[in-house]
Order: sequence, then structure tokens, then C-alpha cells
Amino acid sequence: MEHPAGALRKTPLNDVHRESGARMVPFGGWDMPVEYSGLIAEHQAVRQAAGLFDVSHMGEFEVEGPGALAFLQRVTSNNVAKLVDRQAQYSALPMPSGAPVDDVIVYRRAVDRYLLVVNAANIDKDFAWLRAQGPRDCSLVNRSDDFALLALQGPRAAAILQKLTAVELAGVGYYHFAVGDVAGVPASLSRTGYTGEDGFELMVAPDAAAGLWRRLMEAGRDEGLVPAGLGARDTLRLEARMLLYGNDMDEGTTLVEAGLGWIVATDEAKGDFLGRSVLEPQKKGGAPRKLVGFEMVERGIARHGYPVLLGDRAVGTVTSGSYAPFLQKNIGLCYLPADQAAVGTAIGVEVRGRRLEARVVPTPFYKRPRA
Amino acid sequence: MYPEDLRYTKDHEWVRVEGDRGRVGITDHAQKQLGDVVFLELPAVGRQLKQHETFGTVESVKAVSELFAPITGEVLEANAALTQKPEKINADPYGEAWMIVLKVGSPAELDGLMDAAAYRAFVESEAR
Repeated sequence: MEHPAGALRKTPLNDVHRESGARMVPFGGWDMPVEYSGLIAEHQAVRQAAGLFDVSHMGEFEVEGPGALAFLQRVTSNNVAKLVDRQAQYSALPMPSGAPVDDVIVYRRAVDRYLLVVNAANIDKDFAWLRAQGPRDCSLVNRSDDFALLALQGPRAAAILQKLTAVELAGVGYYHFAVGDVAGVPASLSRTGYTGEDGFELMVAPDAAAGLWRRLMEAGRDEGLVPAGLGARDTLRLEARMLLYGNDMDEGTTLVEAGLGWIVATDEAKGDFLGRSVLEPQKKGGAPRKLVGFEMVERGIARHGYPVLLGDRAVGTVTSGSYAPFLQKNIGLCYLPADQAAVGTAIGVEVRGRRLEARVVPTPFYKRPRA
Repeated sequence: MYPEDLRYTKDHEWVRVEGDRGRVGITDHAQKQLGDVVFLELPAVGRQLKQHETFGTVESVKAVSELFAPITGEVLEANAALTQKPEKINADPYGEAWMIVLKVGSPAELDGLMDAAAYRAFVESEAR
């Protein structure tokens, strides 16, 4: 799929965002809402009630055919054979170096029908990569323009969504999905998200997205539902230590270094896959570097790209850093040498030429209370 | 939100002249552009600032912005209470959220700043 260079792409909800008073910014080539009422209010609403996000910019690829499972086993890091129908799996597309081309979610619709959801900024790169791996006995189709994706997130998400669907949501477990109507719109309802809260991601036809958005906002009015932008999405995911491709991991960091050893399958059943010869020994014996969470001790906000120091030695940069609205702390992620990455380790973050003290803390920074 | 009694800069600071003192903050437009403010750093009292020199930093959750001295002068006061509650910059940018008071060193500089009407036109031209 070709798109003119330079022009920002719009999701089917672009008009809805503008009507809602969103502040729009360019993100990964898309014109996206960064905030509506205010980032902190949106962040807190998702932690305490619910927020509705437009994530239609994400990409979707279909992999279908008798060879689909074998192809996905070869190009993803996690064990696709563990999935049952209507189950989803967090995974990655590793290169032979063990570093990811992208992180993805694999949805199994049937044993020979899968859907991959990929990062918006990586759609073209991922598709080219997958095509180059030579899918055999299966089709690989970029369906990114054929779906809108709405994320309804927060402790009230299930109650709000249940008002609009006959699908029994209590029966849809974490990282499972159902297929059914929501407000009369055919949808896939997946219990996934990028906020650290309970919630659903709804995949629908683009022309149904605006109507569904309005119906959801109506249904959630008394439950504290607010539209939430990419700004809150970023601070929510950081508090929950969910990684952002291009910041916290990229083509220069292995999955094990990024702390994603748990999505690297090394069991017999997985078989060979790209990067296995690097990732398997790292998973067993450790990687030279490790992505850790830190908290600022001195007053200051760490930001992406700021230098990180161990003693006087620059050891890398902040990969993600922000004020954390729910925790009301300044937090961040960075890579440290594995032997100096223990919780409690004192590090420095250089903020505008000044070294400020920080320390390594356990992650996730925020974990939602169990119901 | 363009009070008539203030002078404005192209960096979106305001100055309220109080005799030979100038009280300084950032404009309503600036706080809206920043979004929720969560951090503020101000200079020490006694520091000599030149016009356009950086005197501090204001950060929202998403953005970092330097603060520029609208005029030359010595820092007579810095709003320490505001550094503890920087969210007041969003709530009351022309009142409680003043940042520093400068001793006006060079009154002629004030004439080079924009009045309310000129600043409004400037903001509107930037939006286009």
C-alpha cells in the first residue's frame, strides 16, 4: 500500500477528534489526538474509571493458509502453537541478531487463520520484512486500511462495553477475544490493551468507527468515561512498564536485553526461528545489558535521550522518561550493564547539563489492584 | 485572555510593570500549548539577567520549554511556592503563577515588547 510522502494520514475518527476538541499532533506519519481535556485528567480517568482511545493507526496483517502456523513459528519469537482459537499472544518479529523488527500481537482466528497487529510507524517495514521471509503455503495480506481499532480501557471498561453487546464479557479472558456485535456493529472484542488496566480493543470496519465511538461515549457517560489521547496512552503504558518500539527497544537491542525473554519460546515445540541462536543462550545465560526502571531521587524529569551515568561513566541514554501522573513520581527506563542493574543501584541522569540522582526500582512501576 | 496591563514577548512571556519592578510569567496561550505543567525551575534571587537570557525551565508531562527574560535586570523575587505547585501555571497564568520579579534595568526594552493587541495578533498569526 503506497501513501504519499509528507502528507499525514487520518484515521476514520479524525473528524470526531476535532469535534471533541482534541489537540492533534503528527505521530508516526498520522494525524493523531495527543490530548482532549488534559493529559493528567485522561490518565487518572483510565486508572479510576475508563478512557476511550483511537488506535486505528496500528497495522493489521492477515496470515492465512495451511502453512500459516509454520510461517509464524519461524518469524515470531513466541510459541504460536500454544494459542487456541480466539486467543491472542504478545510476540515480536526478531531479526537473526535477536533484535526485533517490531513487537506485535498475534491473534489466532482458526488454526490456519491469524491476524498480526503491528505498530503504526512500522507497517511498511514489517510487511516488507515478512514478505522477504518467504511465506509458504499461506497468504500474507496487509489489511491495515480495512480496520479501525478503538481501545476502551480502565476498571469500568467491561461494564460500559457490556451495555452495548450481547457477548458475555465475563467469559472473555485476558488476551482472548470474541466476535460479535457492539452497538449493532460487527466487531472483534479483544481483552488486551496498553495501559496496565483491564479493557478491550475493538476492531471494526472503518465506516462504523465514528458511530461506535459515539455510542461508547454515551454508554460510558455515567461511568466516568473520557476520550483519551496518545499522551495519556504513553504515560499509562510507561507506568505499567509496557515497552514502546523505537524508544525502549529497536533493531539494536535484543529481546532478552529488553526484558522480553518471556516472549522468547525456547521449548522443543517452537522449532527454529529467526534470532533463536542468539536469544536462546541469552535467555539461559543472561544478556550483557538489561533494561531497567528508575525513579528520580533529585527533582527533575528524565526524558527520552538524556544521558545515563554510572559513577562518572556515560552508559547509555534514557529510553522512556516522564512524570508519572498516577504515581506522582518522575520515572524512566534505561539500559544498564547487566552486572550493575540491581534494584537500588544509584545512577545519574543528565538533565540540561546537570547530573541528577536516580535509582533503579522494581518494575512495573504500577500494577493494578486485583479485583 | 490577553490582559491589557501587560507587555508580551514572542516567546510568550508577559511583564507587568510595577514602578521600577517587572513581574514576569508565561501567557495563557503558552500554558495551553504546554498542557499540564508538572515542573518549574526558577533562578536564584540576586541573579543578573540579560534580555532574552534563559532564566528557567517549565515542563509539562509531554514538553520541555525554556523561559526567557523579557527584559534585562536583577532577580528581586522568585516564586518558590510556584515551584512546589507548578500546576497553578495552568490555572492562573497571569495571577498566582507569576514566576520572577526583575528590577527594570533598561526601561527602553519595555517599549520594544508587544502590547495586548499586538500579542493577540502575533498568536493568531502563529496559529495560521
